[in-house]
Amino acid sequence: MSQTEEAAGRGANRPAGGAGGPAPVPVDGSGGSARRPFWTSRRRDQLTGYVFIAPQLFGSAVFVLLPLALVVWYSLHEWNVLAGTFDYVGAENYRALAEDPTLPSVLRATALFSVGLVLCNLSLALLLAVLLNQRLRGTVVFRTLFFSPVVVSLVAWTIVWGFLLQDNGGINGLLDTIGVDGPNWLRGEATAMVSVVVVQVFKNVGLNMVLFLAALQGVPAELYEAAEVDGASRARQFWRITVPLISPTILLTSIITVVGSLQVFAQIAVLTQGGPGTSTTVLVYYLYQQAFQFHHFGYGATLSVLLFVIVLALTVLQWQMRRRWVFHES
Amino acid sequence: MRIGRSLRLTAVALVGTVALAACGGGGDDAGDGGPASLRMTIWTANEQHLALFNQIAEEYRKSHPNVTEIRFDPLPFDTYTTSLTTQIAGGNAPDLAWIFESSAPDFVSSGALLPLDETLRGTDGYQFDDLAPGPLKLWQRDGKLYAYPFSTSPFGVFVNTDLLKRAKQKTPAELIAAGRWDWSTVLAAAAAVQRETGKAGLVIRDFDYKGWDNLSTFWTGWGARAWSEDGKTCGFTAPEMVEAMTTLHRAIFVDKALPGPGTTADFFAGDAAMTITQISRASLLKEDGFGWDLVPLPAGPKGRYAVIGQGGLGVLKQGKHPKAALDFLAYLTNPENSAKLAQFFPPPRQSQLTAETLAKTNPKLTQEQLQQVVIDGITTGVVKPNHTGQAELSQQVRAALDPLWKPDADVKAVLDGVCATIQPLLAK
Repeated sequence: MSQTEEAAGRGANRPAGGAGGPAPVPVDGSGGSARRPFWTSRRRDQLTGYVFIAPQLFGSAVFVLLPLALVVWYSLHEWNVLAGTFDYVGAENYRALAEDPTLPSVLRATALFSVGLVLCNLSLALLLAVLLNQRLRGTVVFRTLFFSPVVVSLVAWTIVWGFLLQDNGGINGLLDTIGVDGPNWLRGEATAMVSVVVVQVFKNVGLNMVLFLAALQGVPAELYEAAEVDGASRARQFWRITVPLISPTILLTSIITVVGSLQVFAQIAVLTQGGPGTSTTVLVYYLYQQAFQFHHFGYGATLSVLLFVIVLALTVLQWQMRRRWVFHES
Repeated sequence: MRIGRSLRLTAVALVGTVALAACGGGGDDAGDGGPASLRMTIWTANEQHLALFNQIAEEYRKSHPNVTEIRFDPLPFDTYTTSLTTQIAGGNAPDLAWIFESSAPDFVSSGALLPLDETLRGTDGYQFDDLAPGPLKLWQRDGKLYAYPFSTSPFGVFVNTDLLKRAKQKTPAELIAAGRWDWSTVLAAAAAVQRETGKAGLVIRDFDYKGWDNLSTFWTGWGARAWSEDGKTCGFTAPEMVEAMTTLHRAIFVDKALPGPGTTADFFAGDAAMTITQISRASLLKEDGFGWDLVPLPAGPKGRYAVIGQGGLGVLKQGKHPKAALDFLAYLTNPENSAKLAQFFPPPRQSQLTAETLAKTNPKLTQEQLQQVVIDGITTGVVKPNHTGQAELSQQVRAALDPLWKPDADVKAVLDGVCATIQPLLAK
């Protein structure tokens, strides 16, 4: 989208006639007083730009901006779907949000899931990328293996993991062969959260791995050669050369992963339904329960607004912090 | 600046177009006299059930050419009510909908459904007074009927007699004859099956440590109930409930009579010796499968009892063709079709609730099974837990009961926790 907009912007800002300097003299010799044709080159360029961005603009307006505005509007109402009533209640839903006794545990579960996912996903993706960046035989096979879950259907992936994580499932079967009595993964509060995080990490780690791999391959080899001449160890090279030079990619992947972690739903719905207790009831799942299961659509919309604010705040924070640690940004 | 203004104008125009399109929606709503395409949401995708529904619908359409289509739309059982309400919220309400007993109070009290009395009474040959008052109770408000109790299905125990014999256990018929068909015997037999064969002993179908309302088929034998008759007081801390749940906990974690949490066993695939479920699931039994029997729920410490699940059929006020839908409902549930549907869905018609009548359409079940499980069950049965705001209550109970499903759980403390959680909701 940004490229299209940029192109449109460039077209729009270009002076008429396609060159810098004053407007061209009319060719009919009538002088400046003649009426200029409506479809000047500048206008044509503007129109072309708008035509190019129109599909995206339409999509964004209908599927992003309009629902966003409607969610805020709904959050100010009590919407009884069955009765077909839609009553304005002002800030009542926001007051209920502040007093909701379940919300603290929901936010705690959301934070646990996000932190666990971001730490595990990014560190594992970086580790895999570094390992697969070596010039060794067979790395292509491993790259494909690690990336393949990304293209697998999320629900199918989760259902298979659901079977594996059962008390008498594949994982405990494997543990049993080495004499370990595995826990009932999805029924213990701590193990359920760990399970959901691990399922999600393996699902998407391949994507971040590929992004890191591309970034690693963009780091000039001569920097490592120079560092080696200076006697820097491999670890020192990694921290002083690799990390700073791939920091823009780290920023990108961390934003994508944080935002993605806050939107987790299918894994929770399939694996734990928010349990045991409310230990894996993350914000999106809670929102779904309130709106679609308990029919509190107004309160569900209020929780959506809260989710939007959290995602926005975290993204802005990450974007602001980039100057501190992203190479080329300071 | 001009670009900014133009963009704003474009955005406003786009939103305006969408709003106009939305306002113009629903133009296909032909009047009830005109062509109507009806849609009914149901929970079952079973081929035999659907074939019968479609056959009845075809018959109806022959005499009602204005009804161009009658579509039965199966929604997944687990998320049925959620999917239905989402369709209603999205402006895509079906014309008719199957409603579970758990959400009956919500649907009946909200005004989402149209009253049926006038149409049903006014339909020739309908015999409205043949409907038994007991099954109608849940679906009435202020003397009006808002959904037809399409299926009043008692819970029974399907038994794999082959597995019981392998474990050297007596068959239910023998136990019933000896007057020993009670929970202590059944749980002991289930534990023996697990020990001897490695298969599951007893499965409370659709419970799976989440659908706790199915446990009412167990605790009712102890005289326990989830909440009081008026729905205001929590019943989980009552001594009967504590005793029932203590027995169940021991059966699961000590005797292994029931598969533990996170372990699946499908009775109809031959993985379990016994399962508690409704008669409509008899269609899952395979012709060349194992030897089986269907018997009433075992007696509890408080004696014999029965639990029934109900499914109502209602016409949604927000549907496109409510009048046509009312007319079709009257046809679908008339005496003739009610008799056909009785093989899967026991009707509320007193004249059809005889073992002889039901046996005609239930080739898989004997008259004795039908009398003991279905007819006696409907007469004496307690309806599964239901309450206004059931979905939220149900979720709260599920979460609060979760700590019970561990070997070292303190049953009394967990049940105290359930009441502490749901009492504020019940008191509303």
